Amino acid sequence: MTTTERTAASFFLPSDEPLGLITADGAPVADAALEMPADDVLLRLHRAMVSGRRFDAQATALTKQGRLAVYPSARGQEAGEIGSILALRPQDWLFPTYRDSMAVVARGVDPVEVLTLLRGDWHCGYDPYRANVAPQCTPLATNTLHAVGFAHAAKTKGEDTVALVLLGDGATSEGDTHEALNFAAVWQSPVVFLVQNNGYAISVPLSKQTAAPSLAHKGVGYGMPSVLVDGNDAAAVHAVVEQAVARAAAGGGPTLIEALTYRIESHTNADDATRYRDRAEVEAWLTRDPIARLERYLTDRGLLDDVAREEIAVRAEAEAASLRERMNVDTVLDPADLFRHVYAEPTAALRRQAEDFTAELSFGAEE
Amino acid sequence: MTATLESTSDASAEPDTVTMAGALNRALADALAEDERVLVFGEDVGTLGGVFRVTDGLAARFGETRVFDTPLAESGIVGTAIGMAMNGLRPVVEMQFDAFAYPAFEQITSHLAKLRNRTRGAVELPIVIRIPYGGGIGGVEHHCDSSEVYYTHTAGLRVVTPASPADAYALLRQAIDSPDPVIFLEPKRRYWEKETARLDHRSSTLDRAVVRRPGTDVTLISYGGALGTTLEAAAAAEEEGYSAEVIDLRSLAPFDLETVAASVRRTGRAVVVHEASRFCGYGAEVAAQLSETCFHYLEAPVLRVGGFDIPYPAPNLEKHHLPNVDRVLDAIERLQWDDATPLAGGGA
Ligand SMILES: Cc1ncc(C[n+]2csc(CCOP(=O)(O)OP(=O)(O)O)c2C)c(N)n1
Repeated sequence: MTTTERTAASFFLPSDEPLGLITADGAPVADAALEMPADDVLLRLHRAMVSGRRFDAQATALTKQGRLAVYPSARGQEAGEIGSILALRPQDWLFPTYRDSMAVVARGVDPVEVLTLLRGDWHCGYDPYRANVAPQCTPLATNTLHAVGFAHAAKTKGEDTVALVLLGDGATSEGDTHEALNFAAVWQSPVVFLVQNNGYAISVPLSKQTAAPSLAHKGVGYGMPSVLVDGNDAAAVHAVVEQAVARAAAGGGPTLIEALTYRIESHTNADDATRYRDRAEVEAWLTRDPIARLERYLTDRGLLDDVAREEIAVRAEAEAASLRERMNVDTVLDPADLFRHVYAEPTAALRRQAEDFTAELSFGAEE
Repeated sequence: MTATLESTSDASAEPDTVTMAGALNRALADALAEDERVLVFGEDVGTLGGVFRVTDGLAARFGETRVFDTPLAESGIVGTAIGMAMNGLRPVVEMQFDAFAYPAFEQITSHLAKLRNRTRGAVELPIVIRIPYGGGIGGVEHHCDSSEVYYTHTAGLRVVTPASPADAYALLRQAIDSPDPVIFLEPKRRYWEKETARLDHRSSTLDRAVVRRPGTDVTLISYGGALGTTLEAAAAAEEEGYSAEVIDLRSLAPFDLETVAASVRRTGRAVVVHEASRFCGYGAEVAAQLSETCFHYLEAPVLRVGGFDIPYPAPNLEKHHLPNVDRVLDAIERLQWDDATPLAGGGA
């Protein structure tokens, strides 16, 4: 295990202003402290964000049709969700939260499998080992420790794997976040912590969550390089995550990134955001839309035209239609699944319960 | 991921005199030697060898990558163990004392117990959480809790507790081999008890209870720290004319109903003895299962002897709280013996 070297606090300090590459108007940032991703990366980011937003809208629509029990929208957070995922290498792992369905889809998991959890059919619909995505985590901040453990194991085994963990601003107040930051820094684990500061933890604004100058500042006390980035700027998020992944992979340890963004929709479809924030605030953030911004930049640079935009929209629409179609079937659940996968082999008591239950079901069927 | 059951190279073929702490240490050493994926970590488990010395010498022998001290954070220890197990390792972690495992409760109940189920078996978490538990050693506050039912109530966990050195060795080896997470409760008042036995991890199975003392009149069911008292009580009962069978549960989850019920059907009477508080304690589950499955064989209600329903008392009062021989004997007496049964008919 590496002994952590003590370094001057200033080395770890985030900048006062969020790092950015593209302004809200779609102009390149003058004197940017980051390197602009290549054109093809920007185009991929744009396409994936359009798809992501369409997926998100489709999932919201599915709640209205009663197909999903609940859906926490990530609309407005596309830059954080997609910018980070596209910066990962195939062998890297994602440790997402309930909010991050868009990121999980961008990582390559079938959207139907992603929504299995929210449809209420099973607590995780995909095999984590297929796309290197841990099950979406509902208890806040607990995934931070799983990511650190996973990354630590990778390092111990000599594997070149970095774990990206996503969490919200509210989750930074949980004890597990602090334990995870500390473990990761002491162990110099290859982990990237990406806090999507979307302003609210359900109804509670950031000012009631923390007194720190920024959430990125929290890394300093643990001895971890910390970055504050414009979370609505996909190019900037991609650049900082890519940098952090590269540093982690090279043995440089963990990074804490705060992406400053905003949750456009309510916390979930079941929440009413008008009770705790005003329309003006939402509208101000709408002018900083991550997709419009990148689109403008790409268009100004001649990399995107109406034809391409149309093609991207059509494709996103087709993906949504396929999702809608596949979600619009009544799933048939096997009640015997209740007793499966509790232990490697069912215990005697579980076998008895399953037998009684099967008898109960067949009795019910006879009546 | 397959369990490595084949080698018992370091297990002694010859009987050996060993304490429970020593047997646990041997089990960890053998598991570390046999399987590269096994890791031991926690608070003070490295250089110090653990506050009870269960990990003594392991860091020196296996190196800091395999046996190491973590930052002081229980949720962190269990949470990172989960991530490590997801990535192919087999962590064996130590919680320093029973009540200090509570900060990790969230990781244990919400994730450790559930990830296999959530992922339809894709994520396997072969993790052992060793927790020194229970009283009887004059420990101060937060060092004496009997926390077993918090874990046994949680589906997806196995919960075991040895009561002898040989069993400690066998159970810990099997717990480490288990594909399921195991809460391994070590009765600290038995750490220094010696036994001459052959340490062999295939000598028993993880989920079976064993009859420690055969008898015909009453079945005494116990485990962990209280087993010693129960055996003493059985010996004393013999002098009073009752032949008591003593069952050591070893595995609290799953519960070995088969072994227990077979005994109770023979004896017709049962007392569960444990040091945890009685209300909603483990004895309540045993009593309920016995009344459901053995009602027509029972001559009397199943009785429970447990600690009082109080926070664990200060050390100078703990002797009043912990079940003692007299309380167990009292319970045996209270089983409403039919004049004909205990002495004449039942007493073999
Ligand atoms: C341990 C825990 N406590 C409470 C909750 C209930 N809860 C769900 S989301 C949420 C707010 C989280 O806010 P934040 O971390 O900022 O993430 P966001 O939802 O804004 O993406 C709360 C309190 C929970 N999921 N887990």
